[in-house]
Amino acid sequence: MSNHLKNITLRIWRQAGPAAKGNFETHVVDEITDEASFLEMLDILNDKLITEGKEAVVFDHDCREGICGTCSLMIDGQAHGPQRGTATCQLHMRKFKDNDTITIEPWRASAFPIIKDLMVDRSAFDRIIESGGYITAETGGAPDANLIPISKIVADAAMDSAACIGCGACVAACPNGAANLFTGAKIAHLSRLPQGQAERYSRVEAMVETMDERFGSCTNHGECEAACPKEISIDVIALMNKDYRKAKFANRKDLARK
Amino acid sequence: MAQVVTSHRGPVTGTATHKRTKRPFLLDLYSTAVGKKYVMGITGVAMMGFVLFHMIGNLKMYAGAAGLDHYAHFLQTLLYPLAPKGWVLWILRGGLISMLFLHLHAAWSLTRLNRHARPMKYQSKRDYQIANFASRTMRWTGIIVLAFISWHLLDLTFGVVNSEAGKMITHPGDEESVKAVYASIVYSFQRTPVALFYVVANILLGIHLFHGAWSIFQSFGLNNPRFNSWTRAFATGFASIVVIGNVSFPISVMAGIVG
Repeated sequence: MSNHLKNITLRIWRQAGPAAKGNFETHVVDEITDEASFLEMLDILNDKLITEGKEAVVFDHDCREGICGTCSLMIDGQAHGPQRGTATCQLHMRKFKDNDTITIEPWRASAFPIIKDLMVDRSAFDRIIESGGYITAETGGAPDANLIPISKIVADAAMDSAACIGCGACVAACPNGAANLFTGAKIAHLSRLPQGQAERYSRVEAMVETMDERFGSCTNHGECEAACPKEISIDVIALMNKDYRKAKFANRKDLARK
Repeated sequence: MAQVVTSHRGPVTGTATHKRTKRPFLLDLYSTAVGKKYVMGITGVAMMGFVLFHMIGNLKMYAGAAGLDHYAHFLQTLLYPLAPKGWVLWILRGGLISMLFLHLHAAWSLTRLNRHARPMKYQSKRDYQIANFASRTMRWTGIIVLAFISWHLLDLTFGVVNSEAGKMITHPGDEESVKAVYASIVYSFQRTPVALFYVVANILLGIHLFHGAWSIFQSFGLNNPRFNSWTRAFATGFASIVVIGNVSFPISVMAGIVG
């Protein structure tokens, strides 16, 4: 049996463009089924706004099943809202009560400039991936499955990091706007697997230094881990720190060979 | 949609090509935030070592005036006659001063980096999930402890604000006189505001260590599922031992146990 939520007040950040000055705008939505996802609730609001001839609220969304990492939103001061281990699209209105006031803000970081309203540009993450978040693979026919034996434990550990969907909640939740959880996850994912070994040390050096150009630094609060919809552990940050140290010494020796 | 990120750190377009600036190796290590966190950790460990041994040494207070004064004399004449009196102590102090300076510089530049990473703060209230009081107040506890260190040096090391510091005493059975450290500590802590400042500053130091001593493991990448559960206990234990030891000194003086 679905229930209907009455009188939900939304305080939504509206901003006309990247350079515009934004402000909170208040809207009231009524009779929202608690089976609606948070994004569906925003769709209902936008329907109403369009019918009234007003401009719809711009927000990012795509798959709506928690795997693409496109949705964002700072909901009541928490990245992806009050539910642990889910993205905004998997947050449902049953988490809220009648007469609630919900405040919605975009991710805030200098690396994630606001495009409009609640939508931010997260291409800074792409720059980190481009600098080393890949392996060099031979072209040609697809290799046989399971050609390289990998133990179940290692495969699971790599998968825990590979679960990262690149949504940016870690940066949004971090009091310092640091991207260490994202970068750490991408590094850990590859450096735990045999395929990632060839470029292990050049990768970590390049990715950490690219990250450094745009993001803040880690002060070990752990807020990123709490906000991550994939619940990636800050252990990956420790692994990145260790690999960065090793890489600096290893790369220095290699570069000294002429 | 144009996928162009602009920030004060310059435009970001196309494939990231990382331009390497040639720098001496250590400066290169220090240039990234991860490198600076290593410096924070290494200098932190050095100062933790000092704080622990400083506290243990001061426990000599409970062995009476002669015990503490002889211990102070031992430190001032460390390795004598191999090295002239006072030299080794000043070399150690020089090390500590450099550690403190590097710790402060790393903290200052990382804070600046973090401010730049979020020029516009969240306009609504944040709801923090895990960040604790200690981790959120590192900068403040650090600054207050720094102010305390300045006072502490003026008081008990250089005697600028302590008329008893620097006086000499000859203990029974001694041939030469030694600095009357015990008497200057007792004089200092008999002033209630000084003793209270000492207690408060040490509790803040404990809060700083509670996060710092745990943070080291993470910053150094010392992450091992076999001992991860012990790191928090280590930080809590270390901070408690230092605080309990240090706070006991002014309390003992005020309670008349030492004096």
